[in-house]
Amino acid sequence: MAKITFIQHDGTEHVHEGKTGLSVMEVAVKNNVPGIDADCGGACACATCHVYVDAAWLEKTGDKTAMEESMLDFAEGVEPNSRLSCQIKVSDALDGLVVRLPESQH
Amino acid sequence: MTSPDAHVVIVGAGHAGGTLAALLRQYGYAGPVTLVGEEPIPPYQRPPLSKAWLKGEADAESLALKPLEFYAENRIDFRPSVRAERIDRDRKALVLSDGTTLAYDILVLATGARAIRLPIPGADLEGILELRTAADAEALKAALGPGRTMAVVGGGYIGLEAAASARALGAEAIVLEREPRILARVAGEVLSNFFRTLHEGHGVRFLTGASVTGFRGEGGKVTGVELADGRVIDCDLALVGVGAVPNQELAQAAGLAVNRGVVVDLEARTSDPSIFAIGDVTLRPMPIYGRDFRMESVPNALEQAKQAACAITGRPAPAGETPWQWSDQYDIKLQIAGYNFDSDRTLVRGDPGSGRFAIFHLKGDQVQAVEAINSPPEFMMGRQLIGSRRPVDKQRLADPSVSMKEVAAA
Repeated sequence: MAKITFIQHDGTEHVHEGKTGLSVMEVAVKNNVPGIDADCGGACACATCHVYVDAAWLEKTGDKTAMEESMLDFAEGVEPNSRLSCQIKVSDALDGLVVRLPESQH
Repeated sequence: MTSPDAHVVIVGAGHAGGTLAALLRQYGYAGPVTLVGEEPIPPYQRPPLSKAWLKGEADAESLALKPLEFYAENRIDFRPSVRAERIDRDRKALVLSDGTTLAYDILVLATGARAIRLPIPGADLEGILELRTAADAEALKAALGPGRTMAVVGGGYIGLEAAASARALGAEAIVLEREPRILARVAGEVLSNFFRTLHEGHGVRFLTGASVTGFRGEGGKVTGVELADGRVIDCDLALVGVGAVPNQELAQAAGLAVNRGVVVDLEARTSDPSIFAIGDVTLRPMPIYGRDFRMESVPNALEQAKQAACAITGRPAPAGETPWQWSDQYDIKLQIAGYNFDSDRTLVRGDPGSGRFAIFHLKGDQVQAVEAINSPPEFMMGRQLIGSRRPVDKQRLADPSVSMKEVAAA
């Protein structure tokens, strides 16, 4: 389990418990967090689950695959700490994770 | 703008209907919402049924759009296992199969499409399956396994995805396609050939130009598929994937405008201002192509759920979208943007032999559609070019050494 904080572009915070094994995107979608559309349901095919990972957590969320890197390269408002949340798996090590949502998905 | 206590009744608890119910709450709608579904479970994702789920890589919990308790927590009255029988537009009432009647202020039809069944001898034998619902997928999964042979009637995306999953489960798969090539209705020749070669490399067999005329059985169970030329293809199960038709009868009987789908505008409103329709059941305008058509895709279901949610809650309409879809087969990710209408030229960027290439369909200098195989840049930029209608330099587009960002910037 991990407590994950999603911060919308307007500053609204949503805090939810995520079960180990789910993706961060699934935690957001199952809790109806606005701003994560996740059109493809986690197939890494659409880039509508883009988040910014807080600096302190970047390393723990792991490496991007070539496919994720390539999709992100063409998403809007990409920063060095951008990730597709469908590609981040929840684990105990991510308890306290904070991610921010970009304006384009707002 | 809807009155704050208007009763929104959504008929159909699929991807479109479930998404709309959640979006209404996300957009701050506080009035009563009822979601009526024919299936026994809350809304779930259908695409994994032929892919990750069939291979055992996803469970029911991960398929669900929201956990069951979400609906009660958000005051969405979810009613499973019940059919809508009739709309009484004069009384603004919906009659259900359990005998109850729901009064609505706003009705949303999200009734989807159903698999076409072949009207041929033997079609009711046990072991002849279709793949649309979770229950269909359960039956298919139970029938597959090492040493089993699945005949796939129809070489479309669902059949091909199921064939790939069958191979992963150790089963044999043989695809029977009436047309001279697979994916004939939905893809060009380059893509058809690529997928056939890909599947053959994984041991899937193909018979094209193969018209299915009946099924053979023993003891009520299917044992083979009969072809027009007299051949019989032995099988333990047959999956029929030959397209779908919209579930428009409810709308039609109520006198709403239908035309191979329930006719809606860009707010997803039908010819009755109190009734919306979303998802696979609709025939909708697509401004970038200047025409109306019916789509069977998750992105379209989500887009129309947004259109309806915005219209119901008085939000500005979402920006016009470029339709897209995807398919996963083996280690190949296919992403398609746009629809290939009116194109006069096909251009292949990259080498199909490399397993990484894209097919652009152009009308003059404009991109109409792109099919990208393991090529996210071509998909993402192609999608933008389709939406913007900006002219492209064909020579640069065809040259993989010129990046897609440079192509789009030119």
